[in-house]
Amino acid sequence: MSNEWPLWEIFIRGQHGMSHRHVGSLHAPDAETAIRNGRDVYTRRNEGVSIWAVESAHIAASAPGDKGPYYDPSDSKIYRHPTFFDIPDEVGSM
Amino acid sequence: MGRNDALFQFLLRLGDNTLILSHRVSQWCGHGPVLEEDIALANTALDLIGQTQLWLGLAGEIEGNGRSADDLAYLRDAWDFRNLLLVERPNGDFGQTMMRQFLFDAWQVLMLERLMGSGDARVAAIAEKASKEAAYHLERSSGTVIGLGDGTEESHRRMQAALEDLWPYSGEMFVGDEVDEVLAQAGIAPDAGSLKEEWEQMVGNVLAEATLSVPGAAYVQKGGKSGVHTEHLGFVLAEMQFLQRAYPGASW
Repeated sequence: MSNEWPLWEIFIRGQHGMSHRHVGSLHAPDAETAIRNGRDVYTRRNEGVSIWAVESAHIAASAPGDKGPYYDPSDSKIYRHPTFFDIPDEVGSM
Repeated sequence: MGRNDALFQFLLRLGDNTLILSHRVSQWCGHGPVLEEDIALANTALDLIGQTQLWLGLAGEIEGNGRSADDLAYLRDAWDFRNLLLVERPNGDFGQTMMRQFLFDAWQVLMLERLMGSGDARVAAIAEKASKEAAYHLERSSGTVIGLGDGTEESHRRMQAALEDLWPYSGEMFVGDEVDEVLAQAGIAPDAGSLKEEWEQMVGNVLAEATLSVPGAAYVQKGGKSGVHTEHLGFVLAEMQFLQRAYPGASW
């Protein structure tokens, strides 16, 4: 498999968005080409104003098996949600 | 030659270059070496078709005989086409396609840059729109030429062969004729030869980085600008024009 180009994760900042969002992945031999490929594959319909490319191998991910210990404990801590405040109408949507 | 006749011919040259190259590049659709390149080539072809609509649309307007961009694209025969011989060259392998693209892109970027200052506002407006696309095409094709030229032994060999095969067809871009003279005089388009030095420098820099050697002076294959084409154009047109020829006026 050494002849395969590495996989890159592509993040795009949309015209109206505030942050880059993951849009998908692609193959490319180097970072510059990954960005060009990102442009060609993911911004054909005017989706973006900025592209980040990160080699997939450099992304550290949590293990699916850790789901219980990681996330279940917060289920019972409803007081962490800011839902106990009265929001004045003038504030609008938050 | 009157200024309008010259402008009509010049617009046909620009529009036919992008039309024929677009058709060539579109032939890769579904056949690209990798998915990403396949999509990128299709994007390039679509950009070029968009430019064709503008150039040939204006050509029809200047001619004043009521011919639309579609009429000019689909209802002319080979001897009425004014594209450079370079763009009708067969696709060959992916390296050949990208080398042809690179040689053309470098010229197109320079030409459009000059045309943005054209004395004809319509020409300047189209040039400005197209120049952004051309700049991206050039970035991409130079990157590929460098990557493959300075790649493996096999990719280097293929790129060098592509360069030598296409080089004699690059000279036509800089050979001016009466059309170019009339328009240069009128301040509408640059003198064809005036782009040569900058083009050679631009192309030379990329080829050096690609570790490819620039072929020596070669016989310049020319004729396309005045309608004398290679045998390849007829096949391109047969495929491209078949539908409109067989079913005149068909639309969907």
